[in-house]
Amino acid sequence: MSVPSPRFLPCGDTAVTVEFGSEISPAFNALALGLDAALRDAHLPGVIETVPTYRSVLVQYDPLVTSPDALEAQIREALPSIDQRRAKPRRWRVPVVYGGAYGIDLEDVADRHAISPNELIRRHSEAVYTVAMLGFLPGFCYLAGLDPSIATPRRTDPRAVTPAGTIAIGGAQANIASLEAPSGWHLIGRTPARPFMPGRERVFLIDAGDEVVFAPTPEEQWDRLDRAAAAGEWVAEEVSNG
Amino acid sequence: MAEIEILDCGAATTIQDAGRYGLQRFGVGPAGAMDRTALAIANLLVGNTPHEAAIEFAGLGGRFRVTEGEIRIALAGADAVLTVEGEAVPPFTSATLRAGDVFSVGPTRSGLFAMLAFAGGLGVPPELGSLSLHMRAGIGGLNGRGLRPGDVIPLRRDRVEGDDLVLIDPPAADHGPIRVVLGPQDDHFTAEGIETFLSSTYTVSQQADRMGYRLSGPKVAHANGFNIVSDGIVTGAIQIPGSGEPIVLMADRQTTGGYPKIATIISCDLPRFAQMRPGSQITFKAIPVQEAIEATRAHARRIESLRDRLQIAGSVDLSSERLLSLNLVGGFVCARTDLNEEFA
Repeated sequence: MSVPSPRFLPCGDTAVTVEFGSEISPAFNALALGLDAALRDAHLPGVIETVPTYRSVLVQYDPLVTSPDALEAQIREALPSIDQRRAKPRRWRVPVVYGGAYGIDLEDVADRHAISPNELIRRHSEAVYTVAMLGFLPGFCYLAGLDPSIATPRRTDPRAVTPAGTIAIGGAQANIASLEAPSGWHLIGRTPARPFMPGRERVFLIDAGDEVVFAPTPEEQWDRLDRAAAAGEWVAEEVSNG
Repeated sequence: MAEIEILDCGAATTIQDAGRYGLQRFGVGPAGAMDRTALAIANLLVGNTPHEAAIEFAGLGGRFRVTEGEIRIALAGADAVLTVEGEAVPPFTSATLRAGDVFSVGPTRSGLFAMLAFAGGLGVPPELGSLSLHMRAGIGGLNGRGLRPGDVIPLRRDRVEGDDLVLIDPPAADHGPIRVVLGPQDDHFTAEGIETFLSSTYTVSQQADRMGYRLSGPKVAHANGFNIVSDGIVTGAIQIPGSGEPIVLMADRQTTGGYPKIATIISCDLPRFAQMRPGSQITFKAIPVQEAIEATRAHARRIESLRDRLQIAGSVDLSSERLLSLNLVGGFVCARTDLNEEFA
């Protein structure tokens, strides 16, 4: 597959955004994740870090070491060989308690789509999601791959506080919220897993490009799993992919 | 191990170094000192490398006691007075203190952020590669939080050697517009919108903190709405939300955002911008990215060359006439910054 020519957008004198498109699309995200992986392997001089998003990669550089012209040339050279379909991304199974106090919008969202709450849970948990990007807050995962039949426009009145671990739908996107935060998304469940936990040996569990599946989990298991997660267990499991 | 105890300090007193890079892909912004030039100068004066962690004061100062050991300190950045046992330390000069000594950093008289560096650095462990406090994530700083009265901070060095240093002919205050590079989303604005942004005078509003500075002034017109699909952000990015008034994203910013960014403040002008108090007036000037890189490289060489201007304190004439002639007030801070009593 040929790689469309991206735009190189300056972010001051310390970064350049390599932009594949302006919309949320699996193709742009695959390009961004592929370029991100290639740049992490390439260790180009002066590149400090890369930040993949739905549609672009921000490349942060040290202006004392490199320049945007040099970087653009190096990135253009790397583009034709980037791998847009990484053979076997890591896959996570994330336990979710749906509905009730854990997902206060579940019934409302099901009603909107004229389906039962159980059907909504089924459609949400049967999908295989790709972690399109992390952002907004430490460990906050934006997921691509939501069943389009349960896409739900964001709330007109965002909530000032939503709990850590919230599993939500916002438009065509799904997420795993890592920390307590304001949100205009619809809260359908909650996971005891901590994508971000300072002090744990592995501080971040999930990276951009990983896959996620959700495991509906009975409410009775919440306390045990939450305690385990608080003690530093991952609770989310790495599972075989394919 | 040498130690200091905090007797009193402002609420936004934090430990900061040159920032935590490498974790933006996980949603963790770099944080770090708001004025990295000040961080470098304070560190230089106590013999540290430029990026060593220091204590950052935001407007308000603090009072400390040396509880153990012998320490050397220096202050740089916003214009604030460092006092040791009731006596003011001359600007751009380090001071050596013994156990029992009390020292204080006064409220800033111009500028906002003062950096207090310690010879040998703070004996606080880094978290995820940096000592910088990331407030939202609860990492770095002292146990993941800002500093409070009663805190005891260990220092890495027990004793200090050599003499106190003074920086002669410190860099004069920079003036003129804040330089920006247009983009990454300057194409989301009308030509008039960009003209408005570059030709207007903006005022730093009261909503200015380590996360961002909201500016007030003429509204910048978007070309096609004000939402974009979130993409990456750098410190100094200037986003224009629906209100049309710019917000400059600062050290504690998010890593991604969904408002178009018209321009980015160049990295060597960010310290000067960070020191602008609410009420300060600013204008922006667009320059090509290559010129920005050259400016940043020249700035880095200037900072590096300051090493050659360090002398043993007391060996040079520090009469008040001489100090005044050097335009010391505020160091790198633009002298146009208004005094704002509410912030003092």
